[in-house]
Amino acid sequence: MIKVGLVGLGKMGLSHYAIFNAHPDVEVVGLCDSSGFLLDILHKYTGVATFSRADELIDSAKPESLVISTPTGSHAVLVRDALSRNIDVFCEKPLTLTAEESAELSDLASERGLVTQVGYHNRFLATFGEVKRLLDAGAIGTVTHAMAEAYGPVVLKPAGSTWRKDRNQGGGALYDYAAHAINLLTWYMGEPGRVAGTSLGQVFSRQTEDQVASTLFFESGATAQLSVNWSDESARKMSTRVTIWGTNGRLYVDRQECHAYLRNPVAGLDEYQPGWNVRYTTDLTPPVWYYLRGEEYSSQVDGFVKAVMSRDTSGPNSFGAAVSTDRVIAMMSADARGERVAAAPERVRRRRRWVLRARSFQGRALRPTSPSRSLGQ
Amino acid sequence: MSSSPSDQLASAPTIDRVLFGDNQFFGVNHMSEEKARAQAMRFGDLSAIVEVIDAAYEEGLRTLMCTTHDRIGELCEHIRAQPSRYEGFRFYPGMPYAHKYANAATEDGVVGAIRRFLPSDGLFDAAMRGGRSLATKDIDGVTTLLIDAEMKMFEGLPTPVVFLQNVVVDLLLGLGFTSAFRTFSDHVRARYGAEPGFITMNLPALLVELEKAGIENPIVCANVNKIGFRMCGGAGEYDRVLRSHECRAIAMSVYASGAIPAAEAIEWVCGMPNVESILFGASSRSNIRSTMELVGRYWDVNGATSAA
Repeated sequence: MIKVGLVGLGKMGLSHYAIFNAHPDVEVVGLCDSSGFLLDILHKYTGVATFSRADELIDSAKPESLVISTPTGSHAVLVRDALSRNIDVFCEKPLTLTAEESAELSDLASERGLVTQVGYHNRFLATFGEVKRLLDAGAIGTVTHAMAEAYGPVVLKPAGSTWRKDRNQGGGALYDYAAHAINLLTWYMGEPGRVAGTSLGQVFSRQTEDQVASTLFFESGATAQLSVNWSDESARKMSTRVTIWGTNGRLYVDRQECHAYLRNPVAGLDEYQPGWNVRYTTDLTPPVWYYLRGEEYSSQVDGFVKAVMSRDTSGPNSFGAAVSTDRVIAMMSADARGERVAAAPERVRRRRRWVLRARSFQGRALRPTSPSRSLGQ
Repeated sequence: MSSSPSDQLASAPTIDRVLFGDNQFFGVNHMSEEKARAQAMRFGDLSAIVEVIDAAYEEGLRTLMCTTHDRIGELCEHIRAQPSRYEGFRFYPGMPYAHKYANAATEDGVVGAIRRFLPSDGLFDAAMRGGRSLATKDIDGVTTLLIDAEMKMFEGLPTPVVFLQNVVVDLLLGLGFTSAFRTFSDHVRARYGAEPGFITMNLPALLVELEKAGIENPIVCANVNKIGFRMCGGAGEYDRVLRSHECRAIAMSVYASGAIPAAEAIEWVCGMPNVESILFGASSRSNIRSTMELVGRYWDVNGATSAA
């Protein structure tokens, strides 16, 4: 039995609270939120201990694990405080607003041997997991190109002023929607060396972007295209899909289906024939002990609880994996501003810095000045 | 276990053996996004929905179990205008239409979303009730206001059973906020003379909590299918709780979105203990007829289940 505290009770926080609370190996010892109204209701009707400050929750309720579902801008402080008190952390995505801070927190967790997880729930969806398995088995040969898309109806009018509409707090389609698609791409293809052609466009928002387009370049020579729009009313709810092309075929995946076209049979994948193969979530998804919004939300919580109980720090959604996503987000932000950003691996970074320095000595312009925000301005 | 006066007053309604659902009209398909979009395109127009409802009526179906999607409001108007054409037709509303709230919560926060859907049409007492409720953290008042707002579209139409949707039922179940089941139950009985129903993906856990909340012999609707799709606890546990708990169960997702061959699926469900009815959705007369025929092999599809 592990003692869990939750900080932040928005849509994700409430959902996490219900799922953790329903877990047989979890005791929820306290909640923290800025809305006294919500805390009072939950305390009144469920008896749970509530706190208006995270440090009070930690001091009084003494959780062994903390679930953080606050606006992204506050993650870094909360996560650092929890880790420094040797508390395992489940944090909503994205991990922080800067890749450097995410990397620092990931290092801190590693040093202390703490279990960490970030809420990139797609990695716990059976269909997306099946594509990871297929890629690892070499189903489509050498990957040459991918297309990752995420569409949904979040911002459909100009009004409104929550943190999700403020980029400084981690709002916007890049942090909120594109992060999921990027996280899948880095899971499937590794971290790209660079990005280009990034456009953070506005449809209705003023303080942040509603659509994202970008091209990712991988060291293998493969490329990926990203297309994201959270002002798409035609989608009933968030719809994330990835298509991947390789020398031996093509994969398509969304939350419900996985389509695999294979040119030649692949050793170890006897259940997949040459030509089209279709697998559905109904066949692929293992049962969960409690269902709220999708098996993946329960599975990720169960994955975290099991990792905490077994002290396993190698989970698929650890802070380390999230850092890659945050680095790509940082690259895209810089690219959209017209800045060139170094790739992640240190040797590439050093080389590029040297090249840039050499160029600047030659007096060349390093910063194109046309940011690619185009719509709604 | 204590019963409120409203418990004793409400007479248990008869429930048809086969109920018609509305997921297919709104782009909900658990197996394929493409199929879901094709359905959303096909049913973009009310007349396409009416055509299927008419076919269902002619094939003997009399109950539409539905969400509170705006389009259902239009269907209600259509049916209200022709009472003789749809004699005996009734609705089992399921509320709330969760995506409406989920999307609003993303934009305005949880409290903002609730505020957004509270009545704002000049019902002074309703507004006062809501205002006071929000101020005193009396969630019961807010809950009843939200129920009333969702029920408005069914005014003048028979709604003998009113369901709480699974997202809300299962959220409350997870939070341990189970007194809300009683609030919902008491309100739909007192205000609408209807029997409360509960949709869930967690039937075994829910039955225990409903019993604790004093809701006797509850009407519950859950996935019941041969492959155990979205049946938390597993098909074996469902079999056990359906035998051991007093309840009136409606089976949904019996085909698991098409993953189970139809005849095999129906034979299995009809053999489950305490399953009184089957809820299914279809987009064509031939599919409606084939399900009715399959169920007819095991049950009297034109009869209703006995009142509890």
